[in-house]
Amino acid sequence: MSSSETAVDTRVGQYALRLGDDALVLAQRTGEWIAMAPELEEDLALGNLALDLLGQARSLLTYAGQADGSGRSEDDLAYFRDEREFRNCQLVELANGNFGATMARLFVFASYQYELYSRLVDSADQTLAAIAAKALKEVAYHRDHTGAWVIRLGDGTEESHLRMQAGLDAIWPYVRELFESDDLVTELAAAGIAVDPADLDGPTLTHVRAVLHEATLDEPEAASHHSGGRRGIHTEQMGYLLAELQHLARSHPGAQW
Amino acid sequence: MVTTTAQSLRDLVADVPDPEIPVLTIEDLGILRDVRSTPDGGIEVDITPTYSGCPAMDAIRDDITQRLVDAGHERIRVRLILAPAWTTGWISDDGRRKLAEFGIAPPSGAAPHRSGPVTLTLSVRCPRCGSPDTRELSRFGSTACKALWRCNQCREPFDHFKAL
Repeated sequence: MSSSETAVDTRVGQYALRLGDDALVLAQRTGEWIAMAPELEEDLALGNLALDLLGQARSLLTYAGQADGSGRSEDDLAYFRDEREFRNCQLVELANGNFGATMARLFVFASYQYELYSRLVDSADQTLAAIAAKALKEVAYHRDHTGAWVIRLGDGTEESHLRMQAGLDAIWPYVRELFESDDLVTELAAAGIAVDPADLDGPTLTHVRAVLHEATLDEPEAASHHSGGRRGIHTEQMGYLLAELQHLARSHPGAQW
Repeated sequence: MVTTTAQSLRDLVADVPDPEIPVLTIEDLGILRDVRSTPDGGIEVDITPTYSGCPAMDAIRDDITQRLVDAGHERIRVRLILAPAWTTGWISDDGRRKLAEFGIAPPSGAAPHRSGPVTLTLSVRCPRCGSPDTRELSRFGSTACKALWRCNQCREPFDHFKAL
């Protein structure tokens, strides 16, 4: 993408930052499975899935730094912001848990991203539309693949069913945050630039429920819902993730491969 | 500085190989979108990634720059463009033939999000023995753009370039 022609709009920058942080943090989490997955094929799958997310994060963060007029690069944004400056939802930062919990989180998030990007392709902002068109094809594979695991484990043995259900229960209190609106997204959605997350609730959950049904799993009923990521409020697990993500770049500024 | 036509500029960089599938060029893959000279005597090259996170893009960018520098050009700018999004439909017929010869089944059928609620997969032909009796082992393979398959006939595993 060319930087010179980008118009400065701090709101667009903030919006791109949210989407980019979601992708970056989930890429980092998912990468933790590399060399640890239950089978070799899944190791490759999770590595590829994380790489797709990282690619999306790079495009979105590069654009965020241009659109907000700060001139910060993707690396500046990934490595040199502190926890409270990250705008990702809390769902993506949670520790992986077991394989069932990992698949529950990835599946719900891919289902959300699928609905998000399939609408963002029509954004009045051409860069966001282009990133979305690219990412949509990738997350379609993520949604299919993780959904297949949810069904395989949910409708598998008694033990796999129990673990899959427990994983789903564990992440469910963090799902509603995906669909929260605020002034920023409402304004940008009215201008045809952003997608209002509130509009994604129905279509995302329709798909999730269909897969849960096939997987013989119950939709959890969360007693309470967590929120705050978009305002920089994160769970305890976020600090550890950032420490691992940022330590090299901060300890050796300017280091190159 | 060297004066050249747009086509000869394109010819200079068109056969840069893909670092992960070296039998294919960036032209075969449809990664190379445009090559043009700029008013200041420089050259602009547009490339587009297969996947957002494709790690080959940096190497391809360096290789293109090197080709043009070696040919005596300067002020070279390689731009990464995202729109329109790359699709396996841009892989040339020649590219498909080379993929199959290299042992990678070329893409077939539509990407999953274009199908209905039931995902249908068209049969993928084994690049080794030609049998259509094959099955998908994993949707994700050795690189982002490939899936892992196995032939039920000759029992060999093989890569399949995913439809995107």
